[in-house]
Amino acid sequence: MEASVTTNSYSGFVDGLKAGISIAVGYMPVALTFGLLARTTGLTLYEAVLMSVLVFAGAAQYITLSLIAIGTGAFEIIFTIFIVNIRHLLMSASINEKVEEDTPWKKAVYAFGITDETFTVSATKAGKLTTGYMFGLCLISYSSWVLFTAGGYIAGATLPGVVQQGMSVALYAMFIGLLIPSAKKSRKVLFLAGLAALFNSLLTFAQLSTGWAIVLATLLSSILVEWMGGRARNE
Amino acid sequence: MSNTMIWLIIGLAVVTYIPRMVPLVFFNSEKIPSVIQNVLKNVPFAILGALIFPGILTIHDDLLFGVIGAVAAILAAYLGANLIVVVMFAVAVLSAYAYFI
Repeated sequence: MEASVTTNSYSGFVDGLKAGISIAVGYMPVALTFGLLARTTGLTLYEAVLMSVLVFAGAAQYITLSLIAIGTGAFEIIFTIFIVNIRHLLMSASINEKVEEDTPWKKAVYAFGITDETFTVSATKAGKLTTGYMFGLCLISYSSWVLFTAGGYIAGATLPGVVQQGMSVALYAMFIGLLIPSAKKSRKVLFLAGLAALFNSLLTFAQLSTGWAIVLATLLSSILVEWMGGRARNE
Repeated sequence: MSNTMIWLIIGLAVVTYIPRMVPLVFFNSEKIPSVIQNVLKNVPFAILGALIFPGILTIHDDLLFGVIGAVAAILAAYLGANLIVVVMFAVAVLSAYAYFI
């Protein structure tokens, strides 16, 4: 019994590592560029790597650099980033419905690894998620993020121009690759994604900040589709 | 390394970690009303839509980059390719496009 439990959580870990390969690849150009930009913004190597080690959030770190560059105060930056990160609240609550029950400290550890990418990969996986899977998924993504931040800073350059341009689509391609298989099978999935994309476009067009636009678009779409589904079930 | 920068990074770490951690550690999914549970189950697919669009159109000054990348990824994914293959294919197609223009 004990042995089989160990085997399960181990294979969950390896599954998580495998599932995270796409994320690790997708993070490479983003982290390399972050490292390079951190250098040109005037951060030391230590500061740039420390930020990736402690924060581990692409959008937040890029926005931070641009705010530092224009001389924004620390409090204002921190508040702005809090707003950008509100969507993680939604992801954490959503993934909590899907992960196996486990001791709070373990959940508190892998919670650190929740990003747009680790969330969408794990949330679209069929079935329950084991703690081992979450650790594997987050670990490989995190390693890529930290290593390539340092790499970008030290090399002082990113990938060759043509590859860099091609790689700029990597994370979007991954999101599409996660969405399409489910959208093929379920109209509801197509509706959820389509509506959220529409709302997000309208809110972005209305000059709402990216953080709020994504949160509101996601909530509006999720609630509206649930409400329509509920009505359809009642009729 | 400046002190201000250290405190800034620590502040960022805190405001990034808290939203990630609080629901996972403190929400009890059995006590959440079923209608909210259903909405939360819709979140992954909705957020995928919002993350993809309109962001994908902004990856390059040339709008066609996003369009070509999207079409390549959709095509590969629709034909049932593995996730990493979808990513590599879209990257390869766009790199080729960038090389030839």
